[in-house]
Amino acid sequence: MSLFVASVCTSTVVQAPIDRAFQVFTEGMPGWWPSDHHILEGDLAKMVFEPRVGGGIIDHGVDGSQCTWARILAYEPPHRLVFSWDISTQWKYEPDPEKASEVEVRFVAQGPDRTRVELEHRELQRHGEGWENMRDAVGSPGGWPGVWDAYVPALSA
Amino acid sequence: MTTYQGQALAALADSTRREIFERIAERPRAVGELAATLPVSRPAVSQHLKVLKEASLVRDLPAGNRRVYQLDPDGLDELRTYLEGFWNRALASFQAAVEQPMKEDR
Repeated sequence: MSLFVASVCTSTVVQAPIDRAFQVFTEGMPGWWPSDHHILEGDLAKMVFEPRVGGGIIDHGVDGSQCTWARILAYEPPHRLVFSWDISTQWKYEPDPEKASEVEVRFVAQGPDRTRVELEHRELQRHGEGWENMRDAVGSPGGWPGVWDAYVPALSA
Repeated sequence: MTTYQGQALAALADSTRREIFERIAERPRAVGELAATLPVSRPAVSQHLKVLKEASLVRDLPAGNRRVYQLDPDGLDELRTYLEGFWNRALASFQAAVEQPMKEDR
């Protein structure tokens, strides 16, 4: 409970079977993760999700560069996924795992075609100095480019 | 420019202070208890607690003849608000993808 201060919890319910919800969230991540939210210097060519513990989430740049910005720490289809958030407060790759936070995603079946997805981004205290730079680099909380919001009208009621 | 939030994260940039913060995050603790389990002196722990307190990360309450430190919920608010917005948008995007059969590839 008191740890909540250093974590963020959010959730959603989707109209999809648990197996599909897990598969789309993991291997299907390149299909919904906004393509302009990466930490490469140049443009993003593709994103790869390696579906196994020890794998990574890797951004590949059009210039041949690549960045593994997350390490898969738990991969338990179709119920649970944990990955590290190796992104510093400068919005750069963070090579020190001590300064990485982590994201846990849990999938709970609420029926044959209905799944609750719970997400917790925790250990935020591991991020060091300079948070305001990260914030300024990507704009105000409402200032994210509209690619996220473009999906919203497509949501079913 | 030193912001309120910047002060909080600067306080946590020190590994001993981060350790103290994490122990207090587990449950409220007194100075003596923290000093007994850390490789630093009691005055040093008190000094670290002072920095954490000034950054609004912890606050202290009297408990009998000692003071017990607990988390101050205001300290990491800005970072939390930011990431909350980020993940809510991400989940909305995920929801749209998962509810559109056969369209998640690109």
